[in-house]
Amino acid sequence: MKGVFNLKLGVFLLAFILGLALSLPSFFSSISGPKITLGLDLQGGLNMLLGVKTDEAIKTKYKSLASSLGFYTQEQKILIDSLKASSDSVTFELLDMDEKRKVDEFLGKNGHFRIDFDQGRYRVTLMESEITSIKNFAVEQAIGTIRNRLDQFGLAEPSVTKQGQDYILVELPGIKSAQEEQRAKELIAKSAHLQMMAVDEARNDRVASMTPEEAERLGSVILPYAQNEQAKILLKAIPILDGSMLTDARVAYDQNNQPVINFSLDSQGAKIFGDFSGKNIGNRMAIVLDNKVYSAPVIRERIGGGSGQISGGFTVDQASDIAIALRSGALPAPIEMLEKRSVGPSLGSDSIMASMIALASGFALVVLFMMFYYGMAGVIANIALVANLLLIIAVMALFGATLTLPGMAGIVLTVGMAVDANVIINERIRECLREGKGVVKAISEGYANASRAIFDSNLTTLITSVLLYAYGTGPIKGFAVTISIGIVASVITAIIGTHGVYEWLGPKIAKSQKTAFWFGFKQGK
Amino acid sequence: MELFKNDKVYDFVAWGRYTSLLSLLLLALSLGLFFTKGISYGIDFTGGSVVQVQYKEAAPLGKIREALAGNEIFKGAQVSEFGSKEEALIKVPASTSSVARDIGDIAAEVLQGTGNFEVRRVDMVGPKVGDELRTKGTLALVLASIGMLLYVAFRYEWRFAIAAVLALVHDVTIAVGAIVLFEVDFGLDVVAALLTLIGYSINDTIIIFDRIRERLQGSKLDTLKEVMNEAVSRTLSRTILTSLTVFFVVFTLYAFGGEIIRGFSLPMLVGVVVGSYSSVFIAMQIVIWLGFDIQGYYQKLSDEAKKKAEKERMRSMYEKGVV
Repeated sequence: MKGVFNLKLGVFLLAFILGLALSLPSFFSSISGPKITLGLDLQGGLNMLLGVKTDEAIKTKYKSLASSLGFYTQEQKILIDSLKASSDSVTFELLDMDEKRKVDEFLGKNGHFRIDFDQGRYRVTLMESEITSIKNFAVEQAIGTIRNRLDQFGLAEPSVTKQGQDYILVELPGIKSAQEEQRAKELIAKSAHLQMMAVDEARNDRVASMTPEEAERLGSVILPYAQNEQAKILLKAIPILDGSMLTDARVAYDQNNQPVINFSLDSQGAKIFGDFSGKNIGNRMAIVLDNKVYSAPVIRERIGGGSGQISGGFTVDQASDIAIALRSGALPAPIEMLEKRSVGPSLGSDSIMASMIALASGFALVVLFMMFYYGMAGVIANIALVANLLLIIAVMALFGATLTLPGMAGIVLTVGMAVDANVIINERIRECLREGKGVVKAISEGYANASRAIFDSNLTTLITSVLLYAYGTGPIKGFAVTISIGIVASVITAIIGTHGVYEWLGPKIAKSQKTAFWFGFKQGK
Repeated sequence: MELFKNDKVYDFVAWGRYTSLLSLLLLALSLGLFFTKGISYGIDFTGGSVVQVQYKEAAPLGKIREALAGNEIFKGAQVSEFGSKEEALIKVPASTSSVARDIGDIAAEVLQGTGNFEVRRVDMVGPKVGDELRTKGTLALVLASIGMLLYVAFRYEWRFAIAAVLALVHDVTIAVGAIVLFEVDFGLDVVAALLTLIGYSINDTIIIFDRIRERLQGSKLDTLKEVMNEAVSRTLSRTILTSLTVFFVVFTLYAFGGEIIRGFSLPMLVGVVVGSYSSVFIAMQIVIWLGFDIQGYYQKLSDEAKKKAEKERMRSMYEKGVV
């Protein structure tokens, strides 16, 4: 007689033990270990697909080039005129041709530009390759920034990932209230674009009657105050400096115990800030955040040290969110919502309950039926089925796959496939028994005959699920993942595993001659 | 326990005439529904928004409609009960692009004063993503079918492959007919259901085909009709058992799984029945129509066997050093 342990049985036992051990943490929260992640549809949460308006990043690039060119030429005492940044170029006029070499050198240092030069008139545009790389960078940076902000916001396990070329997928499980969702969304959407801008003192008296087009012609821009959108102020369009030179931002309290945000600048920013304030004593400088003016204090003296303050009647939450946004950096370009799926926590637990009931009762029906129809063979198939389920959960927990509602449906269906495999095998064994073959021979022939069809059908399903994974999106992907894992698990448990059990038990069954008890089929003479 | 006497051979092929008629009727009905009533695409494919609201009391559908009517964004909104009396579903063709203030927030504001409610779910798909989801969903469905066609053609014979895929088209068409009939929104969940259905149906068909092939390779005396009848009869208890167990599971999913999973459970429920039926009756019939030639197949088999034997002989001669 062969030993109790054959290789197939060994594999089955190993799979069972591993499945049990690794799925336990998912069932009982007290046991530590990798747990299965529930999808947002099951536990509630917010899922957003965001698009980055990369064209805006290009615009910003031109603006900041103009801004640094303005500073450079002033510092080097190079005379230029009508410096303008638009959405597709920077233009200016060089008055002293002798300085052309210096200007070209400066432009060369600041990026890959195409420079059209015609009788002192410059037109600077970005190279095609540079535009692509700025756009890519904008997406990458937006991902980093949003991730940074959400991490600091203190939600459990936020996930920010790139999807496709220029989409960002944000998943926020565990949002508890509508208010919390609102704060999270505002935090994500905040551009946090900080600018210091000079007030156009010469023309500001006329701001009430000026059109935006007129302001643009004059190289200025009209912006509203944050606290009173009706009140407007005229600012020079090219900022003195922007938030890219910011190193820190913290909430503090001013003398009236109002929350304010203190920020500090890096050395380059501090130098620009110092130089500007030194030259513009008596003029006003506006602190602009996301195109709203928070304050425009008069400069009383040269401000060294490179630190400043934003005040504006914030609540503590608002101030803290702005500080987080400033610290984590500005979004290089505005973002837009392309897709949103949000499930309230109560709905999530409802759908868990509903699917659990469905899963459990469907499973119970199948288990009872198998036992009723096939006798002990049904019990063995059921043990394989349980091992199959545990294995699916264990593998998903191990690889950090997410269990979604469609994924649960996928599990239900793989259970169906596993049952099918056992039905095919048992029918084949019965057939051989009917032909009067011995139990051991019936088992080995039954498996041999059944495995071809099972192989074909599992492989076609696997082909489908791989295609679904590759081309599907969202829910379809979750479905494909569980199906794929389930198929592999069912091959190990329902086919190899039960075969191992029979190879072990076969001779004993043959000796007992109780085929009705073991296979639900009475072998006649 | 046994459901069917396994040694009895039923004459399934003889019923082919009636089942073909039945199938044609069902197909015509489905297509008729598809073209007259029309499919209602979910927001996954058209873009738009769905807001699910739960009230403490019965949802005041009239009041909700009234409140929404005053707002431009909710133009064309459909308001319906969802699952229970307390829950309402608002489906809107529009979507919003602002991150900080989306259509769910706007709906919550507009519905102030209609009662005590909670927004339980907001699904919003912008037009750009809707296009992409539609393309990708269709692509997945078509590629999956092609993948199976190639595999079956490779493992069996081209007529069998075509028959299998036509049977799939049959199943999918009727399942879609059921979706139109029961007014289920055609979304990604329905696509997932159709794909599963395809997987199951091909499974059924392959298991019968496998029997036919096994039978063909066994003896060479039978007519195609006899081989088919025997193959179907021999696998009948398996076909019915498996379909029944899957039906159990899908039925409990349909009955207890809740409204939100109906887009998956309904087409599956119809599909399981139709899929098994088409594997037994329709796929066989198509193989016959395509003129599968049993004698030709035997010829091919024996030619292949001869070729193989010849190769073996050459190899053994080569190994012995004769050539």
